[in-house]
Amino acid sequence: MQTTLKKRLEIVIEAPVIDRLRRVLDDKGVSGYTIIPAVAGRGRHGRWNREGEISDTSRMLVLFAIIDPSELDDMLAAVYAVLSRQIGIVSVSDVQVVRDEHFRRTGKPA
Amino acid sequence: MDLFDLAAANLVSPPILFFLLGLIAALVRSDLAIPEAVAKAISIYLVMAIGFKGGVEMAASPLVAAALAIAAGILLSAAMPFISFGALRATSRLPRVDAASIAAHYGSISIVTFIAASDAGAAMGLAAAGFMVAVAAAMEAPAIFSGLALAGRREGEGGGTMIREIAFNGSIVLLVGAFAIGWATGERGMAMVEPFFGDIFRGVLCLFLLDMGLVAGRGLRRSAGKLDWRVLVHGLHMPLIGAALGLGLAIPIGLDPGSAALLMTLAASASYIAVPAAMRLALPEADPSVSLTLSLGITFPFNLVLGIPLYFAAAQWALG
Repeated sequence: MQTTLKKRLEIVIEAPVIDRLRRVLDDKGVSGYTIIPAVAGRGRHGRWNREGEISDTSRMLVLFAIIDPSELDDMLAAVYAVLSRQIGIVSVSDVQVVRDEHFRRTGKPA
Repeated sequence: MDLFDLAAANLVSPPILFFLLGLIAALVRSDLAIPEAVAKAISIYLVMAIGFKGGVEMAASPLVAAALAIAAGILLSAAMPFISFGALRATSRLPRVDAASIAAHYGSISIVTFIAASDAGAAMGLAAAGFMVAVAAAMEAPAIFSGLALAGRREGEGGGTMIREIAFNGSIVLLVGAFAIGWATGERGMAMVEPFFGDIFRGVLCLFLLDMGLVAGRGLRRSAGKLDWRVLVHGLHMPLIGAALGLGLAIPIGLDPGSAALLMTLAASASYIAVPAAMRLALPEADPSVSLTLSLGITFPFNLVLGIPLYFAAAQWALG
């Protein structure tokens, strides 16, 4: 089966900021992304756990997006503008995808 | 009823005892837990019920008194952060941005504390005017802008979005919407939904306060030993300062003792839902664990167990 090289963007981000990040990705025409809740972890501020949190403030989410390698620098600059002062982690990895046409830039969603 | 009787009646009421049970369960690391979705549904029910009942009672309230109480609430919400900020800067070494963020929490309100105080007032025979629900809704946001001013920030990037998010925050939309529905349908509407909003209310409140006890206890456990005692003490003296200011405003505007006690409770409470989320957007450099520990781990239990009877006793003494 034919596969195509892409970049997978993985962003661990605090929940209150997720809408800002989504707006950036939408404005950049990213073809799609997935967001899942993070359950627990440990970072610079120690261990955290979503158990028993009453507000979104202490919740973390993970966003995945797959983009073309040529778009990476532009995308990272835009993401950094949102996340530079927030709690979060951004990582990039190489992935192979099937159905390359599913990952082409689109217009801004309605 | 004197202060001791009020405190004793409050302490041995099922909602407070369930809160203490949750707190103790969390502190001894019990695996007792309320599923997140259940807690969310219960909080929606409580906000809906308190909004609706306030709206029903609003029909019997004079509009001028309501407008004065709302204005007093907005003034308290906007002014309290300046007092909190001044106290923190004078007594602790917290950075300016952390002090401003905590200050915003203390200007805004805790709707759960308001619900518990409304229930306690009803049990003591000191029911409040229906418009106090509108006062609670009006006090949520002004403190956020005071907090931003104290941090030296303009609304900046995303300011319009933030204002929209605060104004249309789910709790506020539900509280104001249920209030409007209760006001529009009055006693006839209440008669139609009485078993849902009346009979089971206190039992559901017990379940929710059990969960809040677990949340507060876990927060305390996580942050034990991490906060300076001067900052922790802030979580105990700010409610008393807020309550005193609330009483100081309730007297000249002519509130009845039950409503005055609720205004005091609102001024004494600190936000742990709307303001923390707004601060993460507007002041991301502020450490959220400090403000959340204070508002949820210190001020919320203090108000629930000791503050509420104290505020009712003071209101009754001054206005009764």
